[in-house]
Amino acid sequence: MSNVAPTATGTARTGSHEVILEMRAITKEFPGVKALSDVDMTVRRGEIHAICGENGAGKSTLMKVLSGVHPHGSYRGEILWNGAPAQFSSIRDSEQAGIVIIHQELALIPELSIAENIFLGNEQTRRGAIDWVQTQAKAAQLLERVGLSEDPMTKVKDIGVGKQQLVEIAKALSKDVQLLILDEPTAALNESDSQHLLQIMDGLRSHGVTCIMISHKLNEIEQISDAITIIRDGRSIETLRVKEDGVDENRIIRGMVGRDLESRFPDHTPTIGEVFFEVKHWNVQHPVRADRLVANDASFFVRRGEIVGFAGLMGAGRTELMRSIFGRSYGTLLGGTIVKDGKELHLKHVRDAIDAGLAYVTEDRKTLGLNLLDDIKRTTVSAKLSRITHGLVVDETEEYRIAEQYRQELRTKTPNVEEGVAKLSGGNQQKVVLAKWLFTEPDLLILDEPTRGIDVGAKFEIYGIIQRLAAQGKGVIVVSSELPELLGLADRIYTIAEGRITGCLDKAQADQESLMRLMTKNTTRTQANAVS
Amino acid sequence: MNIVRKIFGGDIRQLGMVAALVILIAYFQIKTGGLTLDPNNVNNIIQGNAYILVLAIGMVLVIIAGHIDLSVGSISAFVGIVVAIAIRDWSLPWPVGILLGLGLGALVGVWQGFWVARVGIPAFIVTLAGMLFFRGANQYVGKSNTVPVPEGFQVIGSGSLPEVGPNTGYNNLTVLLGILGCAAIVYGALRSRARLTKIGAQVEEAWAMWTRLALVCLVILGAMFLIASGRKGFPVSGLILVVLVLVYGFIASKTVLGRHIYAVGGNRHAAELSGVKSRQINFFVMANMAVLASLAGMMFVARSTASGPFDGVGWELDAIAAVFIGGAAVTGGVGTVVGSIVGGLVMAVLNNGLQLEGVGADATQMIKGLVLLIAVAFDVYNKSQGKPSILGLFQRNRDRNRRLAEAESGTVDTQNPAQSSVTSTSSTLGSDS
Ligand SMILES: Nc1ncnc2c1ncn2[C@@H]1O[C@H](COP(=O)(O)OP(=O)(O)OP(=O)(O)O)[C@@H](O)[C@H]1O
Ligand SMILES: [Mg+2]
Repeated sequence: MSNVAPTATGTARTGSHEVILEMRAITKEFPGVKALSDVDMTVRRGEIHAICGENGAGKSTLMKVLSGVHPHGSYRGEILWNGAPAQFSSIRDSEQAGIVIIHQELALIPELSIAENIFLGNEQTRRGAIDWVQTQAKAAQLLERVGLSEDPMTKVKDIGVGKQQLVEIAKALSKDVQLLILDEPTAALNESDSQHLLQIMDGLRSHGVTCIMISHKLNEIEQISDAITIIRDGRSIETLRVKEDGVDENRIIRGMVGRDLESRFPDHTPTIGEVFFEVKHWNVQHPVRADRLVANDASFFVRRGEIVGFAGLMGAGRTELMRSIFGRSYGTLLGGTIVKDGKELHLKHVRDAIDAGLAYVTEDRKTLGLNLLDDIKRTTVSAKLSRITHGLVVDETEEYRIAEQYRQELRTKTPNVEEGVAKLSGGNQQKVVLAKWLFTEPDLLILDEPTRGIDVGAKFEIYGIIQRLAAQGKGVIVVSSELPELLGLADRIYTIAEGRITGCLDKAQADQESLMRLMTKNTTRTQANAVS
Repeated sequence: MNIVRKIFGGDIRQLGMVAALVILIAYFQIKTGGLTLDPNNVNNIIQGNAYILVLAIGMVLVIIAGHIDLSVGSISAFVGIVVAIAIRDWSLPWPVGILLGLGLGALVGVWQGFWVARVGIPAFIVTLAGMLFFRGANQYVGKSNTVPVPEGFQVIGSGSLPEVGPNTGYNNLTVLLGILGCAAIVYGALRSRARLTKIGAQVEEAWAMWTRLALVCLVILGAMFLIASGRKGFPVSGLILVVLVLVYGFIASKTVLGRHIYAVGGNRHAAELSGVKSRQINFFVMANMAVLASLAGMMFVARSTASGPFDGVGWELDAIAAVFIGGAAVTGGVGTVVGSIVGGLVMAVLNNGLQLEGVGADATQMIKGLVLLIAVAFDVYNKSQGKPSILGLFQRNRDRNRRLAEAESGTVDTQNPAQSSVTSTSSTLGSDS
């Protein structure tokens, strides 16, 4: 009955391990899409169980079924929770049973304090009024459990994403959680924050909390999980037991895509031309805090056909730098020049930047990259409508054709291009955003964390697209928190710390250590409180 | 149900509203013993509501962009009195008076657009101020008197298409209008079908298209023959309205400007990072609203033959109600011109029918209030429960889709976002956008 891989050890040990959750033959259909068909999954008490699969495979949907987001009755199949059939019709139901889901999009309220967030919906009261002493004391205890040394009264907006993620976990712990579901918990975290989070999960495991974790970061999965269930095209392919089966990353990839992936990066021989884009002495002030420079005398250049990486810690100012270049869409410009093809550019508005051949793919696709009310085809053409207008009128036939063309080219998984972008899985949304900017036919494409939340196969494809653009003589800037990605992709890498460019390494010289050193290099103006 | 969906395709929600309208008309037609669809009464409904519908057209754009405009009634009244006095005291020819009115509306629009788009004050505040200011301005300029307008001017409010050509027993121009309208619709449908086929896109089945076209043309011709058989032809104010619906419907759905309005309302930050100049869009919707308000004001003055100090009281609320009944979202990004017109017509028919039945103004108001609440509540309920509403019996699947998207919004995975705004309609009605 259990779907554990039938290795000798596996079967033998099933007996000694108590099963906490069993999902049997789960089938979930959306109109026009069968997101899950006959998915089985068995989770043992006290283990960390990873779910792997390509974008749109159905991982998030499976967890939504489990946590009652998709209520009982909207799917077929059976859930056995602690041995008894469970029928959750809302998140509240599943929480009552001890199942808590943490979404990748953190559901914290920025203006409230950590303590208030932790007990939101579960307020600590005494005779009908909030008991602040109790609230703070309990919050402090919980924060200690997740290894976060912050004052519980600090507002959530004042701590970094990594810490916010921990607050989410603390919130889950406050609910007597037995099974914690984390959907891509480390996607938005940098290396050290991710490691810290994994340690916390390890600690929870030793206290008997079971975890299910969805992630596209296979190294982390290999490092921490006990078992891995692989989902492909809405079907459960196999469950691997990491220790017993000797699972490594390549084994996981083989399960996910159904074949071996020889290399993580497509072959590419760069043909690099002359410098065509240059930023000089770029100074940008923080939009609110006038004493902070988010870009401090930054100068860099891009050659034709070159892929330039930007490495830096969270809050180093990479995104801010790129956005300020892209039509001053961030901060206040204090000074600096942009030169493209020998001409100085004055990009006062995003429109000017687009018209000058720049494109910026944001790291935050939901709040900055997409209008979630819109459909795929309209999104695809939205950054350069002028390419398909006659007079002021949009040519909808052309729009359809183009959206369809990009859908095929990028292999976006969707029934048709008239589908709303809100319905796409995360990775496929990212492809639509990418299509939108490719459609502007930029000379310089700036990609901010282009593969966040994207599966290995799609990453490979996106790297291929980046390299093709470069081969056409365009420039590409890649901002990424994943050093292996930069090392594999970029021809040259700049490092940024506290708004300053602290170094520039050629592909040949660069490695993790040298980059790390430059990324953490103390700049002249040491600011202790540089944003998380 | 499937067949219905095939025939009407796309926007099933709007179909629900149309169905409600048809049922309402049928109900009153029976209850009033045929008075509702009497040609004169139909003319009456059109003339008596055209100005509100004109406001609804402007209002839906404002609301799609994520704002609200409370000042439209006062602006209408202000422009009405200025035009009436200008024509009387300076003996302007009435067409010049109309141009003056539109120009004045544009000025008012620039004023309000400046505060909303440039200074960044929420439209709710700016137009609340405008509501007070222009109401006062109306009474100041007109010294709280009623000022009559000449007969020529009254054409835009109470005029009808004249009798021309042979005596057919019908108003020829009205019939011609209906025929031309149908021809244009059929031509448009065939043309877009041909283009879609050419690029190999999926097109609907031919029978579905033809059935839809036949139904639509039947309704149009039926209405036109009905009106043409009466004492007068199609009202001029109705004609103005039709032209505006066509123009603004086109702008909203097919032009760059329209795309940008939806984009700004749907996600302003994303729109700005795609090169949309959101200030310009905000400025446009506010200024445009004021111009349409001035037109509506003049149409009303023309119909009531004079401008008075209490013209336009409460119009903003009628217009806003029409827009929300028509399916727009308080959070912005959702809504259509045609939907708002249908929403406005539902209110108009209700008003008229209750009047014919002799229901008092007090009860009528209460019923209208409840209708607004219920129409929107059904919508919200649908979206949260996924159960079909009376209006939405056809839309089971679509709604389920939307509900799922929403389910994710509150909770869940960043990846599959969907946000409260998918919810759209009025789930936040009452909050000032
Ligand atoms: N509300 C919905 N309506 C329609 N289709 C949906 C909906 N939610 C998900 N889907 C579809 O179901 C499939 C599985 O989506 P899901 O979000 O579970 O993928 P995933 O494995 O989490 O992918 P990713 O790694 O990109 O997050 C996709 O094809 C997606 O388009
Ligand atoms: Mg997902």
